[in-house]
Amino acid sequence: MDFYNHHLWPITIGKHEFWITTTIRNTWIIMGILILFALIVRYSLSKFQKIPKGFQNIVEAIIEIFYNFTTSTMGEKNKGFAPYYGTIFLFILFSNLSGLIGLRAPTADLATTLGLALLTFFMVQYFGIRSKGIKGYIKGFFDPVPVFFPINLIGEIANPISLSFRLFGNILAGTMIMTLYYAIPFWPAKIGLPAALHAYFDVFSGVLQTFIFVMLSMTFVSGAIEE
Amino acid sequence: MGNIDGGAFILGMSALGAGIAMIAGLGPGIGQGFAAGKGTEAVGRQPAAQGDITRTMLVGQAVAETTGIYSLFIAIILVFANPLIGKYIQFLEQIAK
Repeated sequence: MDFYNHHLWPITIGKHEFWITTTIRNTWIIMGILILFALIVRYSLSKFQKIPKGFQNIVEAIIEIFYNFTTSTMGEKNKGFAPYYGTIFLFILFSNLSGLIGLRAPTADLATTLGLALLTFFMVQYFGIRSKGIKGYIKGFFDPVPVFFPINLIGEIANPISLSFRLFGNILAGTMIMTLYYAIPFWPAKIGLPAALHAYFDVFSGVLQTFIFVMLSMTFVSGAIEE
Repeated sequence: MGNIDGGAFILGMSALGAGIAMIAGLGPGIGQGFAAGKGTEAVGRQPAAQGDITRTMLVGQAVAETTGIYSLFIAIILVFANPLIGKYIQFLEQIAK
């Protein structure tokens, strides 16, 4: 059984010792793949024609899907968020799917998902202040009566926690069930059946959770902008 | 009963606690099933809006799932990163002093 987040290499900065964990290594592998893809697209941009075909078709379809998704969730005037959410979407998607090639998904670590959820949290605060002004923003916490202040505060802080735990819990549960299944000491059980489990836990659950994470982030941020 | 080692007792009880914590899976299960049923009804009534209905349903189900994920989290902590054992060792050290 090996679903633990191992400490691989130590790094000492000053007096403190840090560890390169499995999550960090796998995150860089996925980032490497995405950066490589981005560079390939960048260098083939000059070869792109007006009428797309082949590789250009795929790239344009991906971009169009993200723009349509952002427009339908956040409205036409927030179309500019599409590149940001597209990036987040691709990163989480590749992380979740990395279980297929035997990597431990980086999203099965609370550090990764909490980092992504905190991005959304700070965006919500920033756009809340920008759209309502600092006075209206603080007043929003005392709505409808000042007694509600603790409840409003908890509600605001609970957002990133539930957002990160949802992704983390789903992916970790999938990783653990897969590992426990592979630990069965009866070898005929490992023929064919794991494919169905991978299809559910890695592909279905992974894509769905990616979609839900990005969708909820969009809803929170567009809610803060509209108020 | 007097012969049971304290650490073993804590581990056993933590395993039981993890199992009991997962009973919370009932709630999200019922809620998600209800949402899926209503979603199916809505698609039956208005097949043209299937995309929107499915998307809304999935987001609602994901939010309803949160409580189940919390209980799963508690069960995982109890089984794989038990904090109670550390407290027990601290307690033993205090007694030894």
